[in-house]
Amino acid sequence: MTLSRFARPYEVNQPERHRLEVQNVSLSFGGVNALTSVSLTCEPGEILAIIGPNGAGKTSLLNCICSLYRPQRGRIVYHDRNLVTTSPHQLPKLGIARTFQNIELFSHMTVLDNLMLGRHIHMKKNIFTSMLYWGPGQREEIHHREFVEQVIDLLEIQHIRKQQVGSLAYGLQKRVELGRALAMNPGLLLLDEPMAGMNVEEKEDMARFILDINEEWGVTIILIEHDMGVVMDISDRVAVLDFGRLIALGTPHEVRANPQVIQAYLGQEHALMQE
Amino acid sequence: MTATQCGVFHESYGSDLQLRPTTMQRIRIVLVLAVVVILPLVANNYLIRISNSIIIAAIGAIGLNILVGYTGQISLGQGAFLAVGAYSSALLTTYYDIPWPIAVVLASFITAGIGMMFGIPSLRLKGLYLAVATLAAQQIVQWVLNNWDPIDGLQDGRATNALRIPDPKIFGYQLNQDEKAFYVFGVLILIAVVIVTVNLFRTHVGRAFIAIRDQDIAAEVMGVNIFRYKLLAFATSSFFVGLAGALLAQHSTAISWERFTIEISIQYLAMIIIGGLGTISGSIYGAIFITVLPELLREMGDFLTKSEVLNADDFRLYLPFIQRGAFGVAIVITLILEPEGIVKMWRDIKNYFRLWPFSY
Ligand SMILES: Nc1ncnc2c1ncn2[C@@H]1O[C@H](COP(=O)(O)OP(=O)(O)OP(=O)(O)O)[C@@H](O)[C@H]1O
Ligand SMILES: [Mg+2]
Repeated sequence: MTLSRFARPYEVNQPERHRLEVQNVSLSFGGVNALTSVSLTCEPGEILAIIGPNGAGKTSLLNCICSLYRPQRGRIVYHDRNLVTTSPHQLPKLGIARTFQNIELFSHMTVLDNLMLGRHIHMKKNIFTSMLYWGPGQREEIHHREFVEQVIDLLEIQHIRKQQVGSLAYGLQKRVELGRALAMNPGLLLLDEPMAGMNVEEKEDMARFILDINEEWGVTIILIEHDMGVVMDISDRVAVLDFGRLIALGTPHEVRANPQVIQAYLGQEHALMQE
Repeated sequence: MTATQCGVFHESYGSDLQLRPTTMQRIRIVLVLAVVVILPLVANNYLIRISNSIIIAAIGAIGLNILVGYTGQISLGQGAFLAVGAYSSALLTTYYDIPWPIAVVLASFITAGIGMMFGIPSLRLKGLYLAVATLAAQQIVQWVLNNWDPIDGLQDGRATNALRIPDPKIFGYQLNQDEKAFYVFGVLILIAVVIVTVNLFRTHVGRAFIAIRDQDIAAEVMGVNIFRYKLLAFATSSFFVGLAGALLAQHSTAISWERFTIEISIQYLAMIIIGGLGTISGSIYGAIFITVLPELLREMGDFLTKSEVLNADDFRLYLPFIQRGAFGVAIVITLILEPEGIVKMWRDIKNYFRLWPFSY
């Protein structure tokens, strides 16, 4: 059943990467301040974790970075573009991809089609070549299918390739969503709680995939995660949000020792200490 | 994974991406084609006329399904778009002496343009609100049909309300009179429409449509320009609906606005719901069902009046209500028993017999 036998040797072009700069970003919904002058940078090639209690503004920050939310104040700069004034559908062209906290897959499509959608921006042929599906149109599909198969191999989802996504187990869906983002061949990958709701084994797999993506494919990764063990293990730096403010930014080691962070997590069963 | 092991094996992505990969599907296509070829040889004129209605309805239903079933944009403007196709082809042949095949193609493009225009509200509106906006299209077009002089059917100086158009001829056959000739012509067009649509949904354009339906925010974040693709869906859909409308005009050569009311829009929605949303074969099953059902009811009634179970006058009076009621009942039954439509029932039956007698 494996198509990988026929795939090319494992080889992916390293994507273009840039530094991401979040400058003084403030975002509020009515009276709620989701983010209050948050500034941080993410260097090319690093794994940056964003942690913080529930409602701290982690997802909001991610949504600002990928232009789904418009912060009232501040700039977010990537590759000389201010993302605050960019439309969400233009971000993939800059090489930014993301996953969602509550899986947002195309549930009636197969795994393969979900991943192929990740190639959308790389497909140039118009609707007429699509409808005729010969020559250039067909070659384009096959070419992108080859890339997608590499993602499938990396994430070890060969066996579910042709299954409808809606029928898959939760953990697998999370993996497919990661695959869809990766299919875009992004330089910056934003992951919103990629391991939430997974068992230990699934979490280990996911951590391994994230490290592979970072090391072998050279993708910069920003991830939100609640599991401190994982965060401390895989991230290069950690940013801590609390009530919409950035209260700490540093190596996992520094952050864990930060009194303000300990304070923020008090009453949360000392999640940081347990690890 | 043992269950899937006894499936099809492809040795390259190319062959895996081929149009019709399996033997089963090939057999099915041959069978369908056989029926399509044999039908005109054995059927009488009445049956062929009904088949022609089915062909036109199927093209219109595929068009509507692209928009509603695949892209998730509910439209109540089907009647209006059929009208645009019908009347533009009619006007082009009547007033500009354009050969009818060219007029049909032009009419489809015109409908695509108009459909795209009425798709603009979809940028902001979703679901029922969009449906109401497309209802506006329906009303506007209907108003134009009733009030714009050139299409009011002014003939021999008196308004007839029906527009007569020149007889469409091809290779010496007159399509509006010769049902068999129209059948051949119509089948070829339907096949082309099916192939083109199947292809569309194997490539990134069609995938983007489905993505918008399933999860529009994720689609946008993956780089799909939502607005552009929604408009593209409106245009593509309307193109085929306009094609159906133009064929309708050429088939009957006399058209009037009564054939393009909101009721037609709803009938087409019924087709794709009963047949199967977001499937091409479903559009065709639905077209068959909705076209044949009223005819069957009428035949049944005729039989009952002949055998004097029913009073003929009563029957004629009630027939339209019975026909409409039957649509309603059919939709309700589908939604309750099998929301995925005839397509799913067919798939279930097939799966049952594939494993038979060892199911369970
Ligand atoms: N679309 C929205 N409309 C109104 N308020 C919002 C919206 N999105 C987020 N908020 C508010 O902003 C604050 C931060 O929410 P956010 O989802 O960013 O938190 P989070 O850190 O991701 O939390 P969690 O760990 O629960 O996912 C919350 O108070 C939330 O209610
Ligand atoms: Mg969140």
